[in-house]
Amino acid sequence: MSEKDVKNLEELFEQKIARDEKIEPKDWMPEKYRQTHIRQISQHAHSEIVGMLPEGNWITRAPSLRRKVALLAKVQDEAGHGLYLYSACETLGISRDELYGQLHTGKAKYSSIFNYPTITWADIGAIGWLVDGAAIINQVPLCSTSYGPYARAMIRVCKEESFHQRQGYEIMTTLANGTPEQKALAQDALNRWWWPSLMMLGPTDAESVHTEQSMKWKLKRKTNDELRQQFIDQTVPQADLIGLTVPDPDLKWNEETGHYDFGEIDWDEFWQVVKGHGPCNKERLSARVNAWENGEWVRDAAMAYAKKQEDKGLKKAM
Amino acid sequence: MKNENLIQYIYGIADNALILGQRLSELCGHGPSLETDIAMTNIALDLLGQTRSYFQYVAQLSGDNKTEDDIAFLRTERQYKNVLLVEQPNTHFGYVITRQFLFDVFHFLLLQELQNSKDEMLAAIAKKAIKEVSYHQRFSSDWIKRLGDGTEESHQKVQEAVNDLWKYTDELFHMTGDDVKTEELGIGINVALLKERYYQKVSEVLEEASLTIPEMKWFQKGGKQGIHSEHMGYILSDLQYMQRTYPNMKW
Repeated sequence: MSEKDVKNLEELFEQKIARDEKIEPKDWMPEKYRQTHIRQISQHAHSEIVGMLPEGNWITRAPSLRRKVALLAKVQDEAGHGLYLYSACETLGISRDELYGQLHTGKAKYSSIFNYPTITWADIGAIGWLVDGAAIINQVPLCSTSYGPYARAMIRVCKEESFHQRQGYEIMTTLANGTPEQKALAQDALNRWWWPSLMMLGPTDAESVHTEQSMKWKLKRKTNDELRQQFIDQTVPQADLIGLTVPDPDLKWNEETGHYDFGEIDWDEFWQVVKGHGPCNKERLSARVNAWENGEWVRDAAMAYAKKQEDKGLKKAM
Repeated sequence: MKNENLIQYIYGIADNALILGQRLSELCGHGPSLETDIAMTNIALDLLGQTRSYFQYVAQLSGDNKTEDDIAFLRTERQYKNVLLVEQPNTHFGYVITRQFLFDVFHFLLLQELQNSKDEMLAAIAKKAIKEVSYHQRFSSDWIKRLGDGTEESHQKVQEAVNDLWKYTDELFHMTGDDVKTEELGIGINVALLKERYYQKVSEVLEEASLTIPEMKWFQKGGKQGIHSEHMGYILSDLQYMQRTYPNMKW
């Protein structure tokens, strides 16, 4: 292809995006667009399956049968999200095995929030309320992103996430309205999950390396700081409503801006966890690697069996 | 106590679903592939859903303001009446599938009969559950075949599981006093009569999977009388942790 051809294709591509048309797997796309999407979609898929671990930690200890079943179903939904997202990513010409390889070697990232431990039952409420709440804010704009398979996967993901968020808030409400011990569990969980949830919306705009390009491709519609403000504005009244206190002494409603002002985020902690030194980075990654390695003989058996069945079918046909 | 035989009879069925559901829950997020992870979680969800139906019924029968959670979480180990098979650990995927398969075949036959119970509630629960269990049985039978007739390694691993778990199959067909009493009323099932069909079905699948049927003289029993293996205490300490640590609270 000549340079001129590429330039034409690029122009057509840009026009399509400007008209809000979807880019589909077989359409021409710039290599950088492909790579950026592989990075983001796989990071998202990895976050779903690593995210199963901190919540999975409480399934066997859930306090009631109703909560146990709901949590099990929720964690299963996350596996389902992982499945659609890996499939969306595969349309960009990379296999699920390769993507797992990137996760297992630490080359690919996943959401840092999952490197925090779930130490009480209330953490399950806090994760649903705050972590899924922040995830929705990040993800709703992606339902109209330019890459078709990703946008379609996100529509389904968002529906389920908003259900999870309500479920989490309902756990917190029950605890907050419960005995003093239960209320203390809820407050403690909010104290521990609040700041990491704010960090989930990404580094400040000044530090974010991908924002500008991603905005252009509609892979991002708002900046990290805008999303964070939206999350805070939405969540603080929810905490007030159930009588919990957001652990930020600088948090204050600002009449002039119509938003909450909030305190300084500890970005050193953010980078420490992103770089692999959070409380559970090692445990999460090794749980994934173990599941994969211990499952190898099972996957091999399934492949070998399928091959034998196919050969038998061929023999019969001949 | 009123309805005591019936309640004990239901424990004998429901505790199997509860404890196997609990065992499968341990695996959520750790499966050999996303697809199997999702499928096994589905089975756990079905079993726990069935447990809730049974225990809600027991709560109603006992008529002393008990809830499904009191029944699930607040009995002592000796009061759980599940068979030893379902409490066996998730040693590896071969054990998980074999335990499931050996239970599913029994579970299906039991529910088939229970649909005709004179107790309308039990019959209704069985009618709903059998649809789920027929899928469980297909899933675990398919995997027995895949593992048995897959690679040399998978064959050896699943054979090891079959050999180890076989000794827990005989207990499935033991009749307890409550079984006898409820059977007399046309409510309970004579599980002893399911034995022949069970071993026939199990053998068919194992043979198709090119696995050897163990020849065994000595079997294990006790679960139905509440005398469990050493694993059970650990299962219950997870299961009951919250209810024991924070008693009398709503969650």
